[in-house]
Amino acid sequence: MEAIIKDIGFIIGTTLMYSTPLIFTSLGGVITERSGVVNIGLEGMMFFGAFVGATVAYYSHSPWLGFVCAGLGGALLGLIHAIACVSFAAEQIVSGIAINFLGSGLGLFLSRLFFDGATQTLTIPKKIPLPISFLFGEGKLFKSSGFMDLVFNRFATVYLAFFLVAVVWFVLYKTKIGMRVQAVGEHPEAADTLGISVYRIRYGAVMTSGFFAGLGGAAMSIAVVSRFSNTLISGHGFIALAAMIFGKWKPQGAMLACLLFGGAKGVEIYLGAKGFPVPSSLLAMLPYILTIIVLVGVVGKTTPPAAIGRIFDKSGK
Amino acid sequence: MNLNGEALKSKFLNGSLGLTLISIALGFLLGAIILLVAGFNPLEAYWVILKGIFSRSKYVSYVIIYATPLIITGLSVAFAMRTGLFNIGAEGQYIIGAIMAAAAGYFFKLPLILHVTVAVGLAIIAAAVWGGLAGYIKARFGVHEVISTIMLNWVALYLSNFVVTLKAFGSQGTGKTYAIQSTARINLLSDWKISEAGIEFIRSHKILGDVLKTPINIGFIFAILLAVLVWYILNKTTLGYELRAVGFNPHAAEAGGINVKKSMVISMLFSGGLAGAAGAFQVLGVSHRIAKLAAMEGYGFDGIAVSLIGNNTGAGSVFAGLLFGALKYGGSKIQDAMQAPTEVINIMIGTIILFVAMPKLIRLILTILERRAKN
Amino acid sequence: MHVTTIDFSQKVVEMIDVVKKFGDFVANDRISLTVHKGEVHSLLGENGAGKTTLVNCLYGLYRPTHGRICIKGQEVEINDPNAAIQHGIGMVHQHFMLVEPFTVTQNIILGRETTKMMGILDMAAAEKKVAEISDRYGLAINPRDKIEDISVGSQQRVEILKALYRGAEILILDEPTAVLTPQEIQELIAIIRNLTQEGKSIIIITHKLHEIKQVADYCTIIRRGKFIDTVEVSKVTQQDLASMMVGREVSFSVEKKDQQKGEQILAIQDLMVEDNRGIVAVNGLNLALYKGEILGIAGVDGNGQSELVEALTGLRKVAKGTITLHGREITGSNPNEVINKWNIRTIPEDRQKRGLVMEFDVAENLILETYHDTPFSKHGVLNREKIYAYADHCTVDFDIRPTNPYLAAKSLSGGNQQKVIIAREVSNDPEVLIASQPTRGLDVGAIEYVHTALVNQRDRGKAVLLISFDLDEVMNVSDRIAVIFEGKIVGIVDAKGVDENEVGLMMAGGTR
Repeated sequence: MEAIIKDIGFIIGTTLMYSTPLIFTSLGGVITERSGVVNIGLEGMMFFGAFVGATVAYYSHSPWLGFVCAGLGGALLGLIHAIACVSFAAEQIVSGIAINFLGSGLGLFLSRLFFDGATQTLTIPKKIPLPISFLFGEGKLFKSSGFMDLVFNRFATVYLAFFLVAVVWFVLYKTKIGMRVQAVGEHPEAADTLGISVYRIRYGAVMTSGFFAGLGGAAMSIAVVSRFSNTLISGHGFIALAAMIFGKWKPQGAMLACLLFGGAKGVEIYLGAKGFPVPSSLLAMLPYILTIIVLVGVVGKTTPPAAIGRIFDKSGK
Repeated sequence: MNLNGEALKSKFLNGSLGLTLISIALGFLLGAIILLVAGFNPLEAYWVILKGIFSRSKYVSYVIIYATPLIITGLSVAFAMRTGLFNIGAEGQYIIGAIMAAAAGYFFKLPLILHVTVAVGLAIIAAAVWGGLAGYIKARFGVHEVISTIMLNWVALYLSNFVVTLKAFGSQGTGKTYAIQSTARINLLSDWKISEAGIEFIRSHKILGDVLKTPINIGFIFAILLAVLVWYILNKTTLGYELRAVGFNPHAAEAGGINVKKSMVISMLFSGGLAGAAGAFQVLGVSHRIAKLAAMEGYGFDGIAVSLIGNNTGAGSVFAGLLFGALKYGGSKIQDAMQAPTEVINIMIGTIILFVAMPKLIRLILTILERRAKN
Repeated sequence: MHVTTIDFSQKVVEMIDVVKKFGDFVANDRISLTVHKGEVHSLLGENGAGKTTLVNCLYGLYRPTHGRICIKGQEVEINDPNAAIQHGIGMVHQHFMLVEPFTVTQNIILGRETTKMMGILDMAAAEKKVAEISDRYGLAINPRDKIEDISVGSQQRVEILKALYRGAEILILDEPTAVLTPQEIQELIAIIRNLTQEGKSIIIITHKLHEIKQVADYCTIIRRGKFIDTVEVSKVTQQDLASMMVGREVSFSVEKKDQQKGEQILAIQDLMVEDNRGIVAVNGLNLALYKGEILGIAGVDGNGQSELVEALTGLRKVAKGTITLHGREITGSNPNEVINKWNIRTIPEDRQKRGLVMEFDVAENLILETYHDTPFSKHGVLNREKIYAYADHCTVDFDIRPTNPYLAAKSLSGGNQQKVIIAREVSNDPEVLIASQPTRGLDVGAIEYVHTALVNQRDRGKAVLLISFDLDEVMNVSDRIAVIFEGKIVGIVDAKGVDENEVGLMMAGGTR
């Protein structure tokens, strides 16, 4: 009995760990798409953030500094995407593809420069701390490897992610700026005639999404693993995008979707550890097949923000 | 005479070819700036790349071999793009094609031409289904093809890795499958190359001999043929007309009686098939087997770049594929030659795509330059 | 008329010699306008004359190339809508600027939100203020309703409320009656009177002459960007206004000889069709169409017209009921069958969305429905020679300008784009021609052309179904008029000698 509870604890804990980077990035997706800008460059932003986070954390010995810088790195790519899409009316999906190339190119380029030609960083001496262990000492509050320990003794980034979901929800639905973001995404012309700067709001939204995606990348490289490598992100940015659609462009929905995918990963690792007789490659397919099935069941009934992907052009006035 | 020149120049610069060339130039410029900031001499780097492509006929041959799958995946993405669909799944469709070709190449025993035809045919069909699936989900359920194709990419990757572990197919412990039969290979003169006469020829003929040292195969010829086929279908046939109409305006196409959903599926079938062909030719001509992959090889993703830079046309894919292949191949040499990271090429590619997506910016730059020139 | 509310001592708006150019195109060529406090000033002109451009300059959406604007005697520069709002100018646009999923209150306070500290919204205070203003001016708005749930007339009142909420003293109304029933138009006129009594000034853009006579004090006429005159409305006739607007004697009716109605060709019975949100839009509709007639469907936008046309053309599923052609049931046919098998052709309501592929050239657009037939293609291969030869014929026969079939459709004017569509739809001699808002956004010349084409079809013994929100058009062009209200046909009258008020009453749901 105790073994089963421990196993459940393990799965929950792993789920939380893998969902966290997805949640950060997915929240970024929600923000930008709510403002009417498609951002499939989340992958590149996450990649670049993972690199920046690991590198800064390695050289400065401060994981938190790395974490914040990762966000700034992502925001930088967000700025490029915003300039292309908002100011120069670029085709948004194409710009997103460019961002992916830029993000990975820039990340690997700098990696080689900073780490002696390697496409991965060296191990970070100090990872993001685990608040429970930090505050109370190892194994003092919860029994080590017990259910409570497995579930709650997680990296600080995990707690931060869920906190951020609440923050984004509040800002989007209860504040002035959130209402303006929604308006710009649904009917930018209306917002414009009321004196709201559509350009400024979209710039802000896209750069914020870059910041969040960067955080998501760092949540992988400074917390989950403790280094950056060129296969670390591998598509998680796109899964976050799928989670956003699945979550109907709502922060709480995106969070639940990310938990679902994290859960699939958690189950996959658990079964692998237990020697489940299904080959690891087939298990690895699970989250992706699951995504497709879920989207098929859900998407037809959801509607994205009305003005999404549509170019808003004020030139010629 | 002057007026004609002005009009011609304006048409060229404002036309898509002009804008693409300018974007490429800007990409090179940015690459140079980045190298400079990182402490490298950009001219030296570009010279290494240029030498790495042209200085030996062996290199030129490698560029063509490297470009072949890129051209075909570029065609794949371009085809879908003309119907208004973003096929990010060329990567997965490529993998499916590769699996089928490796399997058909190994398990069947048939005479040469038949064997190749069967292997390529099966690869195309399987990959077409892989692509058509995404097209169907979009048509029927409204799921955006960007997401579904990306998911299918991953499923294909893990499927490939799984297949490699099968006892009947994969040599255990090596992470690779058994090599395909010699009758399935599309290499040129591969037997003769290692015969006595062949070795003698290579030794005595510098240029041609150099070329023969590379795994030259007829894949490139097929790439050109496929480009012509794509051009023909899109511009000369009623099918192409339908697909283009749907790509530009699905509402008007529907009102005119075109079956938009069917068009989407057909487009993805063709697109998938093309990407599968790329994987097949790569296996039959270069690798002769498939191996366990830690990550996707990237031919499909690079095909997206090729298609965008080539303005989603058949001819454009050929030129962009060659450009891309040359850059990637030549670019890989600057790492060893001067420790400059080869990923500067990725940055350049990303920049080129970004500028290609922003014709407004380039026109703005041009008008500013023109105004300065006038003053 | 009414007791004057105008205070001639106060000039609230003066636009002096305003010029607005877009590149080389002169949209406004030295136009001057003066509005006094409490006045209703109308701006009259044809489509494309420059009326909306002029008021957009006043509202800060455009910057005038030359000229001056004075508000309350002071010269000002209005750089954006915020500045306009600061000066007390409010605008109700022709196409509503409302965020559909938002509530009334959210839309009203957008950009001027009432907040508690730190930017947190104070919706309760906002709702209270909205209710206050609504009561004061008799607008009857519920602050909590969602825009997507309320009627078009109510949505317009929300737009007015939006302007008043921001302290507008001067209200610009751009074609406000285009989307209203005759009843709602009277309600709006009453609201306008309320507003002027409270000292507000109104600038109203409209091309409905009888409305100008009803509500406006003064009228400025613009033609092709140029100022023609400002007249006192009570001293001129509708005919005078029309002549000034168009520049020539205008005949209000369409030349049409008598035609005998032929046999019944199309019968619609108990048709039920849902809209995009699953709400019933066509609700048990019965209608019969005969050869050799133009049957016009009159009604206010939003009573099921679009859904009816989409059901007839196969673009929308039929929930219940039947459609029969020559006695044979064709319900549920897809667009391909409707066009190719049943030879029912349509001039769509939205030519840029449904009618043309803008990036295709004229020739490619002309064969949109026939590309798979000989001689345009054989065995799946297109025959470019034949296609472009055909296009050359069409551009001449249908007066499409420019005549170059290689030009992209998007480079043609609205009128010529419509000609391409007409050429395509009429060329194959359709049994039934459905024309949905066929003259929307066209100038007078193009409108005449379209009406002539419709009458031609009818004279040749074909059936024409005309759906238009413009009651004048329906009355002038049709032989019989059916009125649609809430998804049903509520009355059918002969066009000869019809009483507009009777039709208007039916359009609003009243009974004869």
